[in-house]
Formats: sequence, C-alpha cells, structure tokens
Amino acid sequence: MLAQFLQFLFSGITVGATYALAALGFTLIYNASNVINFAQGEFIMLGGMLAVFFAQAGLPLPAALFLAILVPAVVGVLIEKLAIEPVKGAETVTLIIITIGASLVIRGLVQVFLGKGTHSLPAFSGDTPIEILGATLMPQSLWVLGVTAVVVVALWYFFNRTLGGKAMLATSFNRTAAELVGINTNGVLFLSFAMSAALGAIGGILITPITLTSYDVGIMLGLKGFVAAVLGGLGNGLGAVVGGLLVGILESMGAGYLSSAYKDAIPFVLILFILFFMPRGLFGARVTDRV
Amino acid sequence: MQKRAYFGLYIVIAVLAILPFVLPNSFYVDLAIRMAINAIIVLGLNLLIGFAGQISLGHAGFLGIGAYASAVLPTHFGWHPVVAMLAGAVATGLLAAIVARPIFKLKGNYLAMATLGLGIIINIALRNEATYTGGPDGMPVPVFELFGISLSSDKDWYWVVAAVLVFSVWASLNLIDSPFGRALRALHGSEVASKVVGVDVVRYKVAIFVMSAVFASLMGSVTAHYVGFVTPNLADFFHSIELMTMVVIGGMASVYGSLIGAVLLTALPQALATFEGWETVVFGVILMVCMIFLPKGLVPTLAAKFGKGE
Amino acid sequence: MALLDVTNLSIHFGGVKAVQDVSFSIDAGIVYAVIGPNGAGKTTLFNLITGVYKPTHGEIRLDGESIGGKSPDELARRGVARTFQNLQICMNMSAIENVMVGAHLRLDRNLLKAALRFPSITRRDAELRAEALELMRFVGLDKFADSRADAMPYGALKRLEIARALAMKPRLIFLDEPAAGLNPKETIEVDELVRKVADSGITVVLVEHDMKMVMNLSDRILVLDYGKKLAEGTGEEVRRNPDVIAAYLGGHA
Repeated sequence: MLAQFLQFLFSGITVGATYALAALGFTLIYNASNVINFAQGEFIMLGGMLAVFFAQAGLPLPAALFLAILVPAVVGVLIEKLAIEPVKGAETVTLIIITIGASLVIRGLVQVFLGKGTHSLPAFSGDTPIEILGATLMPQSLWVLGVTAVVVVALWYFFNRTLGGKAMLATSFNRTAAELVGINTNGVLFLSFAMSAALGAIGGILITPITLTSYDVGIMLGLKGFVAAVLGGLGNGLGAVVGGLLVGILESMGAGYLSSAYKDAIPFVLILFILFFMPRGLFGARVTDRV
Repeated sequence: MQKRAYFGLYIVIAVLAILPFVLPNSFYVDLAIRMAINAIIVLGLNLLIGFAGQISLGHAGFLGIGAYASAVLPTHFGWHPVVAMLAGAVATGLLAAIVARPIFKLKGNYLAMATLGLGIIINIALRNEATYTGGPDGMPVPVFELFGISLSSDKDWYWVVAAVLVFSVWASLNLIDSPFGRALRALHGSEVASKVVGVDVVRYKVAIFVMSAVFASLMGSVTAHYVGFVTPNLADFFHSIELMTMVVIGGMASVYGSLIGAVLLTALPQALATFEGWETVVFGVILMVCMIFLPKGLVPTLAAKFGKGE
Repeated sequence: MALLDVTNLSIHFGGVKAVQDVSFSIDAGIVYAVIGPNGAGKTTLFNLITGVYKPTHGEIRLDGESIGGKSPDELARRGVARTFQNLQICMNMSAIENVMVGAHLRLDRNLLKAALRFPSITRRDAELRAEALELMRFVGLDKFADSRADAMPYGALKRLEIARALAMKPRLIFLDEPAAGLNPKETIEVDELVRKVADSGITVVLVEHDMKMVMNLSDRILVLDYGKKLAEGTGEEVRRNPDVIAAYLGGHA
C-alpha cells in the first residue's frame, strides 16, 4: 500500500518538476510581455533532442548538455526578436497564433533534421534504483529534483537580490513606469525569452533519461506546463512551482489509482475544476478593473 | 453598410453555382466541399472570436462530438442518421452551455486555457473509448439517407453543403446587424459600456459560444458522413488551432473573411504537399508571417487599403 | 421622497478606503454635481452607484428600492445611465451603432429571429436608426451619422457617449467629467447640452472639474475629499463653506 503510494508520489514529483520548470518559463514570459508562449513545450523537446544529438555526435556529456541549453535559449531570443517584438500590444488571439506558428517551425525543423524516432539519454549517474520503504527511486529523479531546486533558488535570488531581476519584476508590474525610470524593457523581454527557453530545455534534458523523447513530445509537456502556470495563478513564480508539482503528483496518482488511459486528461480536468471554482488559480491576485 | 454587405452574398451564390461546372475533376469537387464545410464552421467561430472577442482553443472537440455521434449511434445502436446528428448537436449544445457559464466569467488567457482543456479532454475520451469509437484508428460511418434518398455522390454533397453555406452567410450577416449582434460587438468593444446599457454580458457570450459549438457539431456530422470515416484527429488540439487560424487569417469580425480564411487554409496542405517533409515548417512560417504583417487578417486589411468597409 | 438615497456608503480596496461613509440624497429633476480634488473618490462613487463596484458597507436606494451591489445591467433596467471619464466607446462599431446599443433593453434581442431576419426585427431597427439619428442631432453630432467611431475626434466621442446614454431613455444619468479634455468652445457646447438634458426631465448627476460649468449648472453640490464628504449644499453654500475653501476652492474661487 504505502510502497505503491510512494512509488506514484516519486514519479509524480519527478515529472512535476519538469512541469514546474515549464510553468516558470510561461510565467517569466507572461510577466514580461503578457504573452502566453505556446512554443514553451518545444523548448523542452528541443533540450532533450539536442542533448541526445550532441552526445551521439561524440561531444563529452557536459559540453553536449551546455549546448542543449544554449541553442534553445538562442531560439527563444530569435522568436522574441523576429515575431514578438514587431507585434507588441497585439490581441491575445494574434499572439497565441504567432507562438503556435513558432512551435510548428521548431517541431518541423527537428523532424526534418533529427527524424521522427524516439531517443533516450543515459542516466547521469547510473541506473541502480534506491529502495525507500519498498518503493524505488531512480537516481535520475534525484537529479531532476536537485537541479529544479537549484534553479528555483537561483531564480529567487535573481529576482530578489539583483538589479536585473528587480528590473524584470518592475516591468511586469507596470511597463510604462519601468520605462520611465530607465529600465530597458526590450532588454527585459529579450532576457525573459532566453531564460524561459533555457528553463524548458533544462527540464527536457533532465527528464529524457526517464521518459524518452521525440520530436512531438513538446505539445503535451508544454500544455501541462501551461496548466501548472494557470493552476498556480498566472504570473506567480512560486505558484508555478507548486502548480507544476501538484499537476505531476495528481497525474501520477490518477494514472495509478484511477485510469492510466486517462492520464493525459487529468491535468485538464483539474484545471477546469480550478477555473470554475477559483477563477484566479490557487495564488492569483484579485484584480479590479479600472474604468 | 448593409446593402454592400449583402451584395457579397450574391457573389458567393454565383461562385457556388458556377463552380461544379468549371472544376476539372472530382479531386477539386472534394476540395471545394471541404472548403465549404470549414467555411461554415469558421463563420460560427468568427461570431465568437471576431465579433464577440472571445477565444476558443477547443472547437475541434465539439466537431468531434458531432462526427462521432453520427458514426457511433447509427453503427452501434441503429439510430437513424438524422436523429444521430441532432442528438450530437443537442449533446454538444448542452455540454457547451454547462461549461460556458463558469468559463465566460474568465478573460483572455484563462479563457484560452479552459477551452483548450475542454477540447483535449474530449479528444482523449474519443481515443480511449475504443469499444465504441475504434480508438486512435477511428471507425467507418454509414451513408447518410433521408426519406429513402441517400447522399453518396460528391455532386450531391456539393449542393447540400453549398446551400447550407449560403444560408450560413446570410444568417451571419443578419445576426451582426441586429440587436443581438450589436450587443455582441459592443461587449467586445467595451465590456463595461455594454454592461451599463443593460447587456447581460455573460449570457451573450454563452449564447454565441453554444451556437458556434452546435454549428461545429453539425458540420462534424456532415464531415463524418461525407468522408465515410472518422478519426480522433478531427477533434485534436491542432485542428482547433487550424480553425482559429482560418478566422484570424481571413479576418476577425469579417463574414467574407471567414470564407477566404477557410478556402486558403483548406487548400494550404494540398499546396504544401510539394514541400515533402517541410510542410510543418512552412505552415508555421506562414502563420507567423500572416499574423505579423496582417494582424487584422486579409479581408479587413485589403478592404481598408482599397477604402471600402465591408 | 428623494429619487436617489445614499447612506453611509464605503468601499475599501485592500487598505485603501476610496469612499468612506458618504451619505447624500438627490431629488428628481435636479442637476447634482460631485466635485473634489483628483483622487477624492468621485469616479469610485459613480462606479458604486452604477453597479461597476460592489460597496463594502452602506446602502443605495433608488426610489426606495435598495440597489447596492446590483449589477450594471440590472441598474440599466431601472433607468440608470452613465458616461465614462476615460472614454468607453465601442471602436469596432460605427458612431450610430454605438448610439443604437444604448437602446438595447428596449429591443427584441432574440437570436433566432435576428438570424432569420424577421420583418419585426428589421422594421424596429429602421425606426431605431431614425431615433438614434435624432439623438445624434440632439447632441450635435449629425455630421458624424455615417462615421466609424474610431475615425471621430475626441470631443465628438465625449458627446457620443452622452447620446448612447440618452438612447436608454434613462430617469437618472451620471456624467463623469463630460468636459474633460475639451477646449473652451466645446466646453460651452457641453454645458448647453447638459442643460438641455436636464430640461428634458432627466435627473443629472455630474462629476466635473470645470468650476464655472459646475456653478452654472448645478442645483446642489457634493464635495468629496479623501473619500469623505466634506460639504453638501447649493453652489452658494458650498462656495462659502470654510472647509471647502481650505481644502479645495481656496486657490481659484
């Protein structure tokens, strides 16, 4: 009983950490630009696929991983420069379609150059499972959780203790005011896309040894990251992390105890319930419209 | 404004009347039918997105319910196709009405999330209930017949779909230039202003959402009977995006834009087939370029350029 | 009995008490002005009475019926109309359609009848168009009858909002700074327009910074400061009130 529960919990937290990283990516871009970046999932895919590609090309693992984070970050910046900056202030629908267009381009290019196959990456520190109260934990899960924790702490430090982070926060609260005090808001936009893409890629790399990867895994991962971000209250960083873990755990529990066929539906059922009863998510701020 | 708008209807009728006599072969007739079916769905969706200013990322889900009602009910339960089609429409309408009230208290990105979630759940259900739906492989759909006349040839389908399209264009034009339609456009223009003149905003959003969902469901049934086969891809996220893209590329809040958007995006995959393997990339690039350079969509941009409003 | 009775009305946004314990009443048929420095809570007061915000405390009665917390469309049904300080014009519609929307509650809003173009709908719409044109003439916008709203100048849009509100055939109309941003000539025109509206029997409540206009038009004046009622009375009484002079009028009265 307990062992089974723990087993579901471990796998839930592990996937949940990836969702959390994706949700943080959504949050960063949303705060800087009010854009929901539907290409976020493709960064996750890109991270995993590129790590496999560079490793197979013979690069030492650290270099391969570094490049697998760097390239998506550059892609994120390109999307921002070429497709988001030119249409600043466009309608939500327009922005959604642009980012979906970007996601198709990324997915299509990967399909053309890296193929449709499913790939894996060796676990970073072996495949010897760790036994805990009858449940097994893969060492890779510890990597996922550890790196996610480090990233979250680093982000917290960045936003609370550095000038760049504070400039990004200021821009998210009031863009015009931020510009007036001399913050380069285009720079903020640029940085937020680079960071979001890198976060997604990190998640994608970490999870690949556990869940495998292919050119089309980005859609579902991205949408679940979006669920996590909305669950936590769009725009709230801590909410994104909690939302991600929650989506992961509930998905894993639902798949284990209720129906594994409906595993992918669980996050969406969850988010509909949340939106019906708590329209601002778990931690979203109440907003009063000014007229 | 009205007279000019209705003039376009005669052009649509003329084009639809002449088309079957100039199309070289059945491949093009088939393409025209699929364009017309999409145009009808997009007209309904444009009322929701373009005129009322709401988002739906889950309309393919409603289309899927209609399509599978027409596939499953006659096959497994022996229902008459007409009854099955209506049952699908009623079920879609009820589902849309039940979820719409809480959904339309939300705005923008939250609304996008809720409609997206709904569409994905429907799609996953269609994939999983393989006993009835055939799972990911889909299932065949019986021939549509009414009063002993069965619709099987492409030409028959063409005339039926063309008639429905003409009616839909006419009804859309009527609707936007009516008290209901003005209220719908007003809540897009300024929600608070429409509230203080007495518009029950949520009720109007729900009404148009349900209407466009029912349209999608009915056309899902038509698609199912016409093609003779359904797969869950009809109801997937990508198809919802495709439908929304037709609205936006043709032109938001433009009746004729809906037609143009549907025609172009239905033809696009055929045109892209020559790019072997690069289709997804090219499709993505086209979406982005259109939205960046023509954010208002083709018809309104061109109309503004040549100085006549629709 | 007064047409509108407000008792101990308050609203708090987090820790900010935007309106605090404000009471006043407005008799039918008068022009009533609300004045006060920027941030005094005038627009918030309008938002409370027209249902855009829900009060934290206090009561609002229209003709004796409690209307506090009712939604804007419920208030519209009871004959309450308003305009906005920062324009709320539907830029996706033509000028005359904006006015026609004002008559929303007096029309048959049925979806099916509209889609099938029932003669009753088109006939009523044709009448309404004539009515709306008449209203545009009344506010002095006849030359914009065929314009798109987004092609009109600012001053005209201010008056278009008044025409839309009048299309509701209201009993009570709230005008939130109808002359803000207008040049002196346009201000005089709006001044005359508000007078005409009042003469047609509609009770007018006005927020305005232009003191000449306020003194010229108003039967009674409410002065707000920091969300609280500072004084209330006729123009003469308010002008002589030492608190008001100290807080607000001192500089330029």
